[in-house]
Amino acid sequence: MSDSQDLTGTGAPQGGPQPGDRKPMTLINVREGMFGAQGDTTGYDLLVKPIQMPGVSERPYGEWFDGVVDVLEELLGDDAGAAIEGVVVDRGELTLHIAREHLVEVCQHLRDDQDLRFELCLGVSGVHYPADAGRELHAVYPIQSITHNRRLRLEVSVPDADPHIPSVTSVYPMNNWHERETWDFFGIVFDGHPSLARIEMPDDWVGHPQRKDYPLGGIDVEFKGAEIPSPDTRRQYR
Amino acid sequence: MSESTTAPHATGPFTEDPEAPEYSAYGGDWSEIADEAARLGQQRIVVNMGPQHPSTHGVLRVMLEIEGETITETRAGIGYLHTGIEKNMEFRTWTQGVTFCTRMDYVASMAQELAYCLGVEKLLGITDDVPERASVLRVLMAELTRIGSHLVAVGTGGNEMGATTVMTTAFVAREETFKVIELISGLRTNNAYIRPGGVAQDAPEGATDAIRAMIPKVKQKLDELVDLQLANPIFKGRLQDVAVLDLAGCMALGITGPILRSAGLPYDVRKAEPYCGYETYDFQVPTSTDADAYSRVVLRLEECYESLKIVEQCVERLEASEGQPVMVADKKVAWPAQLSVGSDGQGNSLEHIRHIMGESMESLIHHFKLVTEGFKVPAGQVYVATEGPKGLLGVHLVSDGGTKPWRAHFRDPGFNNLQALSILTEGGQVADVVVAIATIDMVLGGVDR
Repeated sequence: MSDSQDLTGTGAPQGGPQPGDRKPMTLINVREGMFGAQGDTTGYDLLVKPIQMPGVSERPYGEWFDGVVDVLEELLGDDAGAAIEGVVVDRGELTLHIAREHLVEVCQHLRDDQDLRFELCLGVSGVHYPADAGRELHAVYPIQSITHNRRLRLEVSVPDADPHIPSVTSVYPMNNWHERETWDFFGIVFDGHPSLARIEMPDDWVGHPQRKDYPLGGIDVEFKGAEIPSPDTRRQYR
Repeated sequence: MSESTTAPHATGPFTEDPEAPEYSAYGGDWSEIADEAARLGQQRIVVNMGPQHPSTHGVLRVMLEIEGETITETRAGIGYLHTGIEKNMEFRTWTQGVTFCTRMDYVASMAQELAYCLGVEKLLGITDDVPERASVLRVLMAELTRIGSHLVAVGTGGNEMGATTVMTTAFVAREETFKVIELISGLRTNNAYIRPGGVAQDAPEGATDAIRAMIPKVKQKLDELVDLQLANPIFKGRLQDVAVLDLAGCMALGITGPILRSAGLPYDVRKAEPYCGYETYDFQVPTSTDADAYSRVVLRLEECYESLKIVEQCVERLEASEGQPVMVADKKVAWPAQLSVGSDGQGNSLEHIRHIMGESMESLIHHFKLVTEGFKVPAGQVYVATEGPKGLLGVHLVSDGGTKPWRAHFRDPGFNNLQALSILTEGGQVADVVVAIATIDMVLGGVDR
């Protein structure tokens, strides 16, 4: 099926962006066939469906989002365009896609400016999108302001071939273990981290288990005479 | 991979010196080891505490570098209870995910269930559709869970300092909360009771009476704990001004929950960012400015009383909302079965089986599809924060538009707060490590997930 094509029309815009379309930031997955079976049930086998995250939002973003983005852009000055790759507002949550070179600077501003005051970084959650070419590994930082009672999300995307992100532990020391965990599970290297050792897996473990290309490693189980395949090899719905 | 570092770190060896002598102590007389070390002229002793140690709330390894009785460096080694729950959740439907995340922090099972379900509902965009009665049941369960978790923290903390009565008293009180939880959810722990869209089943007949009967029993045991501990000179001697972490330290380390409130900041997600209608309940957020281990015990006990106040309000609301739904009306999300307790345990009710097997083929198809395939969740990501018993419990969920999470990540408050162990113990006495661990109150099942 090398010449597969998009037939659904619900994925990436075909033939240029349509008016009102949001520029996609993240390709979550590309689905082929139906029901997770080999090929789809009709035997047609050519269904290919890219699944995109909700794309970039246009101003006004609503709520307090515009104000925070304004202040941040002002503080970043000339770097603002390069630092903020995109602003996504979805389900009442603000996501700032940040270029990795500017992550620490952005965090510093978010923490220290009196109009921003995002005191807490609630960790970093890695997400692996193997289909998102050149941006396979994402690090997602929820940042909490207790002063203003707000929360936003920073998202940094790096290619699998060069999985380096500067550590934010100099600004948010509480992210020490969280970054170690994300290194452990996703192989994202946080440059400048004081001690980027594995934290959950054994020291000599090979591989990064929560990446999508890492198998679940389930084993078949016999139950009342029948062999039940493990969840990762079982025929599944998607 | 990053270049290797030579600084000592939590999971690496402390020393590069392969010649360093190793002492193994399995009980016995500590002074023999000290004498042996003195004879060999060792200046630096590294004590490995754990991973199997009764005071560590699971399997926590603490590495202590000591000089005499004084700790000069502490490192916590975790991961011994890592079970890959987050990864497993990516291979199960959104509803099945509940049964996985409930097993993270097993002392506060339903705290994770609640946070996770709020996340799924936000992804689905049905947050406002969750029926009132379901939210009341959720709050009830969350607060009973909070009481149970705090009682374990206080009880095992007392036990670790040699006061067994504190533990037995706390566990008796916790058992009372478990009786109610079991009556309503069918299970004592790992309940899988809170489900996306509502709760698994309505409270059975007699539940409100059982809760009303429970409240004074728990209160009495809480009073006993207060009487036993808070004025006790030995207890105060062990806990006051021990394991101090001031507000600056808390903010630097991202500490939330009772530890942050013990430093004076009244941050509670239930007040700051109410969910499940917490803004309509009357309760206080106790704080202290002592920032020590003693004040955290006091706060946990006070929070139990506050939680009981919320439970009382829940009972009234449950009585007022008798017979109302406990699951969203959308049949594409709501679990199709009505559970009941039969002679062989809990399962689908006979009426439901009769309906799908004998009356309506469409119902059978619907049941089969929803239970085996699950429901689709629109693509996107959300972050939900709730106030778990141990602090801010966050959930990051990513959906690829399918029937399973693309990624489910939990910010376990214990994981974050355990980072403070070094700063809480360094410069203190070895015996205070146990106090510090007890007042951090993490559960390693949640820390390691």
